[in-house]
Amino acid sequence: MEQTKNELSWGIRVYLLEIVKGLAATISRMLGNLLDRRRIPTICYPEERRPISIRLRAKHRLLVRPDGKPRCVACMLCATACPAECIYIDAAEEPDKTIEKYPKQFRIDLLRCVYCGYCQEACPCDAIRMDTGIYEITGYDRSAFFIEREALLAGKPMPGVPDVPLPKTLPGLRIGER
Amino acid sequence: MNLSRLLDVEFLAMVAKVIVIPVVLMQAVPLMVWVERRGSAFIQDRLGPCRAQVLGFRFWGLLHLLADAVKVISKESIIPTRANRFYFLLAPILVVVTALMAYAVIPVADTVTWSDAKGRHEIAMSAAQVDGGIVYVFAIASLGVLGIMLAGWSSGSKYPLLGALRVASQMLSYEVSLGLSLVGALLIYGSLDPNEIVRSQGHLFLGVVPWWGILFQPIGFILFLVVGFAECNRTPFDLPEGESELVAGYHTEYSGMKFSLFYLGEYVAMMTFSSLLVTVYLGGWQVPWLPTQRLVALGGPLLAAGLQIGAFVAKVALFMWLFVWVRWTVPRFRYDQLMRLGWKVILPLSLANIAVTALVAPLLLR
Ligand code: SF4
Ligand code: SF4
Repeated sequence: MEQTKNELSWGIRVYLLEIVKGLAATISRMLGNLLDRRRIPTICYPEERRPISIRLRAKHRLLVRPDGKPRCVACMLCATACPAECIYIDAAEEPDKTIEKYPKQFRIDLLRCVYCGYCQEACPCDAIRMDTGIYEITGYDRSAFFIEREALLAGKPMPGVPDVPLPKTLPGLRIGER
Repeated sequence: MNLSRLLDVEFLAMVAKVIVIPVVLMQAVPLMVWVERRGSAFIQDRLGPCRAQVLGFRFWGLLHLLADAVKVISKESIIPTRANRFYFLLAPILVVVTALMAYAVIPVADTVTWSDAKGRHEIAMSAAQVDGGIVYVFAIASLGVLGIMLAGWSSGSKYPLLGALRVASQMLSYEVSLGLSLVGALLIYGSLDPNEIVRSQGHLFLGVVPWWGILFQPIGFILFLVVGFAECNRTPFDLPEGESELVAGYHTEYSGMKFSLFYLGEYVAMMTFSSLLVTVYLGGWQVPWLPTQRLVALGGPLLAAGLQIGAFVAKVALFMWLFVWVRWTVPRFRYDQLMRLGWKVILPLSLANIAVTALVAPLLLR
């Protein structure tokens, strides 16, 4: 059988010189890293955190009206859009007839949520957002992963997120607020 | 035994050496593990282990060694049911004991001599003084391979057995060159006693360069270095534990402290080899440009010994670092490449080295 010709040059086949070159590469890497730790991309979580974008889809929150009531009108669009079917809304009648409905219960199962962001896309009232920047969602049992209405309403946007103006179409807005 | 002999300086020094040298060797192992971990991390743009802390102090990751020690000691000792219990337990012991024993003849400093009322005292700075010291190191070091083979065979499992087979053939191939690559240097020294070898590297060449073995045996030095890597089972020759194909090679079935004994053995073997290399090719304990007489004249025998130990440790540390450095640079050889390198390159080269040295040495020595 015919042997294929060895294409490597003599210098490479001696190998020792190549090893020395490799050693030079690794040691320069190492000395550089020793002298300047910032060259090492390791992030020492939890002391150090990676900067996150304000557009990160993190834990949800529900937005409120100026008077403190939830913006949500319990239209179920988010629950319908949700591919993980993890939003549970129990609607109740709102005394303010221009608003009609409000969520008596609003629960998101974060264990099922896939953080797709469809809920905030779907919402006509800009009532649900995922801008809290909280991505460490931990708990000792499953119940810790249900977030209820109160907790959702108490959510704060992460620093740097611009204020969300009231959408013009929000039901229940008085003339002056529109 | 005469009781007064127990208080004899020579006897006490003897006991001290026998205790101190192995202890220092074993204590150097965790340090090497630390160097290996952090060094490899920095080579690979990582930070390496640095999280273990006591009261908020991390000591550059050194505490991980403590944590590791606690971990391996407290781990369950598992012996596979199909293993041969006796040999399975014997193997790691054999590896460590032989590795430590091999070190006995390596001198870490020149013989310390002084005179007092009781007469002249001489304390050699190696645990044992054997005339054929170099041969002794080879003999004992080869026994360590037996431990590895035993480990592979007695595990009663196929991957360790394959690892053991590889060890056996690798050692057979490289043991020959290991001895032969050193013969050139030994021809010139005309002695097998490590202390004598180091002493004869004490003078200067042309009055400037320390006349170390590496200068008149460069080929021998490189060959011995390469073969030593193979002999210590270190990358690029760590086929016996090639984890990509053999799980973990011969120590697959070992866990806990028994596994760490292999680790210990490997590092001590590296140290023994580095020390041998330094002894033969890099002037051993010689402080460059300062022979023992000068040192003793400058600051007495103790300072001389201290400086020489320092020089020796520094030189050995250099090669220990080389082991780590090469491991994180050069990928593992393929098996056929290993054999080809051993039989077709290193063996002929070392034979040629011997022939040339034998022809030229008489001219040089005259
Ligand atoms: S992010 Fe996606 S999965 Fe999660 S609640 Fe919103 S729509 Fe459902
Ligand atoms: S889509 Fe918006 S308004 Fe409708 S139920 Fe969901 S959060 Fe409430």
